[in-house]
Amino acid sequence: MNSARVGRSRRITQTDVMQFLLRGRAFIALILVLLVFSILQPGFLGPDNVIIMVKHTAIWALLAIGMTFVILTGGIDLSVGSIVGLTGMIAGGLINEGIIIPQLGIAIYPHTWMVLAISLLVGTLIGSVSGLVITRFKVAPFIATLGMLYVARGMAGLRNDGYTFPNLVGQPEYGNTGFEILGAGHFLGFNYAGEYVKLYYSIWILVAFALIAYFVTSRLPFGRHVYAIGGNENTAELSGVRVNRAKVIVYSISGFCAAMVGLIITSQLVAAHPRTGDTYELTAIAAVVLGGTSLDGGRGSILGTVIGALVITVLTDGLVTLGLSTFWQNVAKGAVIVAAVIIDQLQARWQEQIALQQQQELG
Amino acid sequence: MSENPPVLTSEPDVVAGADEAPIILSTQNITKVFPGTVALDNVSFNVRQGKVNVLIGENGAGKSTLMKILVGVEQPTSGKILLDGREIHLNSPLDAARLGIGIIYQELNLCANLSVVDNIFLARELRRRGLIDRKVQRQRTRELVSRLEQRIDPDALVGDLRIGQQQIIEIAKALAQDVRILIMDEPTSALSAAEVEILFRVIRELKSYGVTIIYISHKLEELLQIGDYITVLRDGRKVVEVEAAGVTVPWLIERMVGRSLVSMFAHQERQPGKVMLKVENLTLPRPGGGYVLDHVSFELREGEILGFYGLMGSGRSDLLDCLAGLLPPTAGSIWLNGAPVTSTTVSERIREGVVLVPEDRQNFGLVPTLSVMDNMLLASLKNYIEGFFLARRQEKSVTEQQIKELSIRVANPQQPITALSGGNQQKVVVSKCLLTRPQILLLDEPTRGIDVGAKQEIFDIMSRLADQRYGVIFVSSELKEILAMSDRVLVMSKGRLTGEFTAQEATEEKLVAASAVGHGPSNGDNWNGREA
Ligand SMILES: Nc1ncnc2c1ncn2[C@@H]1O[C@H](COP(=O)(O)OP(=O)(O)OP(=O)(O)O)[C@@H](O)[C@H]1O
Ligand SMILES: [Mg+2]
Repeated sequence: MNSARVGRSRRITQTDVMQFLLRGRAFIALILVLLVFSILQPGFLGPDNVIIMVKHTAIWALLAIGMTFVILTGGIDLSVGSIVGLTGMIAGGLINEGIIIPQLGIAIYPHTWMVLAISLLVGTLIGSVSGLVITRFKVAPFIATLGMLYVARGMAGLRNDGYTFPNLVGQPEYGNTGFEILGAGHFLGFNYAGEYVKLYYSIWILVAFALIAYFVTSRLPFGRHVYAIGGNENTAELSGVRVNRAKVIVYSISGFCAAMVGLIITSQLVAAHPRTGDTYELTAIAAVVLGGTSLDGGRGSILGTVIGALVITVLTDGLVTLGLSTFWQNVAKGAVIVAAVIIDQLQARWQEQIALQQQQELG
Repeated sequence: MSENPPVLTSEPDVVAGADEAPIILSTQNITKVFPGTVALDNVSFNVRQGKVNVLIGENGAGKSTLMKILVGVEQPTSGKILLDGREIHLNSPLDAARLGIGIIYQELNLCANLSVVDNIFLARELRRRGLIDRKVQRQRTRELVSRLEQRIDPDALVGDLRIGQQQIIEIAKALAQDVRILIMDEPTSALSAAEVEILFRVIRELKSYGVTIIYISHKLEELLQIGDYITVLRDGRKVVEVEAAGVTVPWLIERMVGRSLVSMFAHQERQPGKVMLKVENLTLPRPGGGYVLDHVSFELREGEILGFYGLMGSGRSDLLDCLAGLLPPTAGSIWLNGAPVTSTTVSERIREGVVLVPEDRQNFGLVPTLSVMDNMLLASLKNYIEGFFLARRQEKSVTEQQIKELSIRVANPQQPITALSGGNQQKVVVSKCLLTRPQILLLDEPTRGIDVGAKQEIFDIMSRLADQRYGVIFVSSELKEILAMSDRVLVMSKGRLTGEFTAQEATEEKLVAASAVGHGPSNGDNWNGREA
């Protein structure tokens, strides 16, 4: 009698632990990759590396947050990498060449703040064009944004005939200096292993975006609508959700986030290159999926995506520090992504079984 | 409460007598536990060979769960299944199919993107030299569909068919397989009387070949008509198992609900007020000729319940879709409270106070990935905003109130909607629409798949709305419901209005006659040739 009871209560704690592990799957993955790399490469968690990873996290997470909105509606946005490149080129052009008005033979150099605003606006508009093509003409998101991937990348090259805009520091007499601050400036920081780790502006931008996105998805009607559209578009429509409008908005959000990333990278490099952001869309999608968001739409969370982006960052940077060839890096990255999704598929089944087991233990 | 002894010819829980059909399939002490619910509690269910074995019970009683266990979709937590006296273990529907057990699921299981033929032969494609034999498949499909006396193009995409036709296809699909035992989980929920008659003919035919049928439905008269044996489940427990002969509807209800319900089909007099909704010459052509809606004109008054009757495909549902803003009519006008309606989207119509409870619950009523609460509040979210954000507390209290008011059986409001029984899902859809506080409520087959008690609740809601001067339009294939609830009945056939009756004038015969106008002799019984 007594031993049976002991056995029973021990089993319950076991299942409880299992359930906790499964819920925090992305988090576990993060700890795992951190562990593996710090064992393989003792200096992995040293200050230099942490500084780099912090920077990269902001980039992947910002892209992935925008992508999360799109994927939650059951769509996909393949154009974000190209938007990163194009908005960088637009910002670079505005700083180095200004807005040229040929009829008057003059160029207007907008203020740095205007440069940022125009670039963000362009990114958002590109996103909304994708959204309009998808909703008005019923083009599949994959195709519409694949088209946009090529168009935006092409435009990025056209902007300066395939050349880079170098040295984007602006000129004091034009009043357009300070662009590099976005990438290099920081606010607060902390001492870590004897070095000062700066919290760059990009990190704060990420924190702000993540918080806003979190509240939008979980506490605003719009967020609920996004989930509903991904779950069943017909029902959403018939419940009075303006499905088309919501879709245009999510692609615009994704475009906006991509433009932000384009600006950050361009500012960090103090140069705009037309090929910047190539294949970033795939990394962003991987981060979203690693964070537990379903590609079928309707399921997922911003928090998951942020953790997914952390995993991707640690994984990517870790493989680089190991000194593996890029070929092996790709092999490892791909394997981890697929493995994580397999676990995700299994977890639903396990969770059900665990719940059942608990029920039976109690009943 | 009536204490009259039930009219019975046999005692409950009888053992098979000499003249009784042998038990072919049985479950023994089946228990099934879901997280938070005991769906089945020690159920022993006997299925008699070559008979129609009826299973009834309230929404959530465990009927579908028991059937899923019999076809291997779900595994019992404990208990045994015996087939021909031998224990069997079913791990997948494939196992059941191999043993000759087939099922028509409560929720339609068809691929919307495939044609009728492809659906019927899905995973059982007929082959000739390795390739799919399209000709024979199409031929067989035509035979099956005509056995069900329907005219459905074998090459039509299933997604383009109305839900009733989809149900016919689901039945045809089951008939295409040679089964010994056929389970039908609410096969007639989307069918009208004429199609039900046809299905019954097919069932009798199957019986004569020795096929055993398990039949689930909430339409009690229908059950008594077709059933040979009746088993009642309540709260996951078997209440009684009897021969159908001699059983009456009130007795059944009492077994199901645990108490007797007062007359549910009593018409209530109301005094409709001024015209709320006016529809003029609403027209929707059918691609490829003819009309879906053919110059439909009518009025709805304040505090009026307007019933629409008609056969499958008569345009009733399309009419409601137009009114709800889901389908744009090509011609005609709608007036709401004297003002012409210019809005074209569902969201605008909802704001104007017109909302639709759709006929197709799975595809238009529910979001399967969301919880019960999120589904329920989806159409009225803006009412729960405090400051900037959705107020959780308010959302919760509204949900709990609705769950109580409609007696929705749910373990907790955060449960996924898919964990609810079919009838309880329907109640969630209805409450979602009620929460938009409509002026005009459009109900398309609102009682589809719900039990007698819940039907009564929905009728009460309709009456209450009408008493509060709201307008209610409802479509139903159940003559009794239409007659009991409507202040006025409009009948449609082939997209046209073919009859209008006040509550006093309307009779079953008149409605049936009007619904057959324009149909060929095969459908019209004694009313053929009435078309001018
Ligand atoms: N996957 C699941 N997870 C949790 N609970 C479930 C699940 N499936 C069914 N249930 C619960 O089991 C009970 C029985 O459901 P079932 O679908 O068998 O009812 P039913 O008798 O077929 O009802 P209806 O007439 O409404 O179709 C319900 O309370 C339901 O909520
Ligand atoms: Mg059921």
